[in-house]
Amino acid sequence: MENKATREIFPRDARKSYGLVELMKGSNPVVRKEPEDTVYTWPNLIMIELICALLVTAGLIILVQFVHAPLRSLADPSTTPNPMRAPWYFLGLQELLVYFDPWYAGVVLPGMIILGLMVFPYVDTNPKGIGYYTFSERKFAIFNYSFGFALWWVTIVIGTYLRGLDWQWYWPWSNHLEHMNPALVTLVPLHIVFVNLLHVSKDVAKGLCDTIFFAYFAIGMAIPYFFMRKFYDFLGRSRYLVFMFFFLSMMGVGLKIVLRLLFNIKYIVVTPWINV
Amino acid sequence: MLENMKGKIVRSQVFRSIFRHGFPDNDMNRAYTVFSNVFLHIHPVKVRRSALRMRYTFCLGGITLFLFIMLSVTGIWLMFYYTPYTGLAYNNIQDIQFVIFGGNLMRDLHRFAAHGMVLFVWLHMTRVFLTGAYKAPREFNWVVGVVLLVNTLVLSWTGYLLPWDQLAYWAVTVGTKMASYTPFIGQNGPWGAQLGFLPTNDIMFMLIGGTVVGQNALIRFYVLHCVVLPLVVTVFLAVHFWRIRKDGFSGPL
Repeated sequence: MENKATREIFPRDARKSYGLVELMKGSNPVVRKEPEDTVYTWPNLIMIELICALLVTAGLIILVQFVHAPLRSLADPSTTPNPMRAPWYFLGLQELLVYFDPWYAGVVLPGMIILGLMVFPYVDTNPKGIGYYTFSERKFAIFNYSFGFALWWVTIVIGTYLRGLDWQWYWPWSNHLEHMNPALVTLVPLHIVFVNLLHVSKDVAKGLCDTIFFAYFAIGMAIPYFFMRKFYDFLGRSRYLVFMFFFLSMMGVGLKIVLRLLFNIKYIVVTPWINV
Repeated sequence: MLENMKGKIVRSQVFRSIFRHGFPDNDMNRAYTVFSNVFLHIHPVKVRRSALRMRYTFCLGGITLFLFIMLSVTGIWLMFYYTPYTGLAYNNIQDIQFVIFGGNLMRDLHRFAAHGMVLFVWLHMTRVFLTGAYKAPREFNWVVGVVLLVNTLVLSWTGYLLPWDQLAYWAVTVGTKMASYTPFIGQNGPWGAQLGFLPTNDIMFMLIGGTVVGQNALIRFYVLHCVVLPLVVTVFLAVHFWRIRKDGFSGPL
């Protein structure tokens, strides 16, 4: 009876030397427990869950009166549909194939998304904002989550509505039956741009590209380390490295999409083995 | 008379052998109802009054679980009519759609509940994120949740192949082709060919049991979709719920 919490809940009456019983509003006596504002799970919570389940069932039954599961013609390995689309939840990844080679867009990046989601609780050391909705107390964390999922959903929308024959860009008002002329867009690796702009040899230009690529990560890692020391100290070295790796990779995906769409850049780094 | 009958039923040996307690019309029996029932005992016996407010969780995790249960029920129903054989699968689906009583409803429910589950897993995750519910001491349950998210996606994707129509076939062809680009272990991936991986021995071959999506891929996806992945999801769900109780609720629950 002497701990702080108990004293607060049982304010000692000045006229009493001690008290063991508290009078509360309720339906039953509670022993060895502080007064609390609780109700029985049955029927209060169970009924809410039941109503929820019934509403979902009703909603689904109503929905399927209007839309039906699709069934196309029998699978035919000799007739490839154009365009071929993955299920909608993977269309974001399929859309990323436009910007990256398949080993990255289809394998490494999904792996990194999964890992990045998993490490989130371990790198988010902000003790505030547990158990209630808040934006102001954890702006940066919410920014990261929103940015990642904005990428995910925007690419899904592009893949669903703005891609047509040969996975070319089709506006809703374009003629979806006519093939786009692929020659209209010429994709070039970044080092060719440098060769043309700076009149340097291919090798020098490639070296420049490699430098830019590594500088992106190096400078990205360094800026908070030198200029936002509080952020670095707050995370500690290993958390900082893990977080910044995922953060810069995610931002890199956004950057690459912009470079590809606005400047027709195919690759930043070209090596005999992998191109990014 | 009704009271009399109720009393007789509640006192009968059969009723008492099943429930061990009377009707939940008083506090003691309400408590017993929750903690002596295997399905209800994932709940605490009592919850805070504020937990009944919908505006914290929006019931999103619960809806996800309910959709999973619904998918299991409709899925098992569909299994009675479906043969994972390339020569029959498509005909079976057509039968389900056009011949079998209630088939259309069950297939539609299965399909849209699956879309719904993907959507609600994501909504639930977003809710957990926005309320900071993944922070210590609940970090690991978030990781379990991510595993469940991935499993949900793979479940949905493996089911996509089963109708064996053009949509299914090519969507899965696109997807499995990605596996051949896996670094080191895919024939088209970086360092895959150098390490000796061919169309006949790389990771994609392992996934679909051949060089193209065919009978072996269908049976693999069928077994994954109907047996392996639902079991994995069930196990991780059990851990997920257990950890909620053990780690405590984040909000006003």
